[in-house]
Amino acid sequence: MKLFNALFKDAPLATRNEITPKLGFALTVLLAIVWLIPFLWMGVATLRPPSDGINLMAELMPSLKPTLDNIRDAWEIGDFPRYFLNTAFICTGILLVQFVTITLAGFAFARLAFAGKTLIFYLFLMQLMLVPVLLIVPNLRLVAQLGLYDKLTGVMMPFFASAFGTFLMRQAFEAIPTELEDAALIDGAGLFQRIRHIYVPLSLPSFSAFAIISVTSHWNDFLWPLMVINSPDKRPLTVGLSVFTATAEGTQAWGTIAAGTLMVIAPLLITFLIFQKRFISSFVTSGIK
Amino acid sequence: MSLAEPAALPVATSAPPRLHALRRFATGFKASLPAYLLLLPSLVFLALFTYGAMGRVFVDALYQRTTPKAPVRFVGLDNITAVLADPSFTGAVVNNLIYAVGTAIPSIALALLFALALSRTNAVTSALRAALFLPVLIPMVAASALFLFIFLPNVGLLDYYIGRLLPVLPNWLGDPDIALYAIMVITIWKNAGYYMLFFLAGLQAVPEDVMEAAHLDGAGPFMRLRYIILPELRPTFLFVTVIATLNAVTQVDHVFVMTKGGPSNATNLVLFYIYEQAVEHYDIGKASAATLLTLAALMALTALSFRTLANRDGGP
Repeated sequence: MKLFNALFKDAPLATRNEITPKLGFALTVLLAIVWLIPFLWMGVATLRPPSDGINLMAELMPSLKPTLDNIRDAWEIGDFPRYFLNTAFICTGILLVQFVTITLAGFAFARLAFAGKTLIFYLFLMQLMLVPVLLIVPNLRLVAQLGLYDKLTGVMMPFFASAFGTFLMRQAFEAIPTELEDAALIDGAGLFQRIRHIYVPLSLPSFSAFAIISVTSHWNDFLWPLMVINSPDKRPLTVGLSVFTATAEGTQAWGTIAAGTLMVIAPLLITFLIFQKRFISSFVTSGIK
Repeated sequence: MSLAEPAALPVATSAPPRLHALRRFATGFKASLPAYLLLLPSLVFLALFTYGAMGRVFVDALYQRTTPKAPVRFVGLDNITAVLADPSFTGAVVNNLIYAVGTAIPSIALALLFALALSRTNAVTSALRAALFLPVLIPMVAASALFLFIFLPNVGLLDYYIGRLLPVLPNWLGDPDIALYAIMVITIWKNAGYYMLFFLAGLQAVPEDVMEAAHLDGAGPFMRLRYIILPELRPTFLFVTVIATLNAVTQVDHVFVMTKGGPSNATNLVLFYIYEQAVEHYDIGKASAATLLTLAALMALTALSFRTLANRDGGP
């Protein structure tokens, strides 16, 4: 109770003695624990020796004889290092191209006057409504026609232009004082020089926010790569994990599945725990996505 | 104002209107050229994968191709009527509606609870926010792998701890009456923390002094929630509802991993139906017709919500 009161000590004086907010808080704490249980089980099951048998698999108390056997098995059965490289390659490729397209388009919307600006703005806005995952059927055919079926480039291409990123950069560029650009103009800087040396360096927080959203969403993409990729050695982590799970489920190797899942999500979780604040503020801006 | 913008004043011109318009277009285009060039890379990819894709869906929905190699045949609206008459499509639509309502309402309600409880920032609330946000980050496929075990009959996590209390253990993913609700649990678990962020941001706009004044007037926590906080959060609600609905249509990877639409089509959702038609039955016509219907429904919904938003902003 003391701890509870300590938590509410910065609440407005008048409301400090109300019971309902405290009940709500207690319920939230309880649910937060429930929310963590799947992760807890994943950790415990990964370290549990296979000799404990299937009946103890659900036990959330860690085994007294932890083992890394499950991680080794998952590493050997699944081709995780390869999947990891494929996913990293897809995410990096998408992000690099996006940086170019959204910088240029964002600058045009932020600083240039041109005929048909409103129309083109709405054309971009349309992408936010037409969620790419719904267009898998026509886009798969296009990718096949372009000869990119079963190629990692084919997985990346539909995401090269980003309306969300363009709007984010437009907003960032608009906040930069025009005086800076005028000074550069007087010094004879060309358009690309101004973008490169004034706008981009001053918008790094927006770039990092966009990078977080872009990488997490494409790290987690499943359906589109599932359709485009056919060869096992080109699978990204998500597709690899689903195949791996389907195989291991047949033999009831739940410890190995937990270990495989852990390997797939660990990079994102670790990055999140380090850059928590930045992640959360980026995801708030992702609302307009 | 007119003093500041002398260019806006009517200026006498000697050129005839037609030529004038043409010349204005030409100079306008020339002046706009740098902007067009900067927009070109984005527009190329948007044209290929967004507008072009839309167009191809329209065209493909009008043609039929029986095998991958067979010539295409114009069938008009046959694909659309075929899809509408297909019980597995209408079943998927019904499932998807249940799934949308049954995931949106609980996850938004939970998100609001979390945001209200954790609106003040300190070490404890930050840790709790992080815990609730973790599921947002992981791939749906990874969440499915974990929940496959949680829902495993007899030895799974749920049965091990909770199932003992029930006389008969349900087969969570194997029973057609329960499976859809089981996969809804995963979605709620995964999305509530995401929507919480928007409510946390929205709560910043609730003025503290109004809350205090209301309290002095004798308004309890529920009165303050009902008459101050909720009205302030209306735009957030609308916005989160749109996202939750979009997610209910697009974020269905767990169906692929866990149930494949089964048992007996109980978890068949629209996107899974489209995938099956395209990839397993090679029926591009039907897949495109189903895509078209889904897109139309979603666009009507977003247009409606944007109009509501615009009316509210423009209204008194």
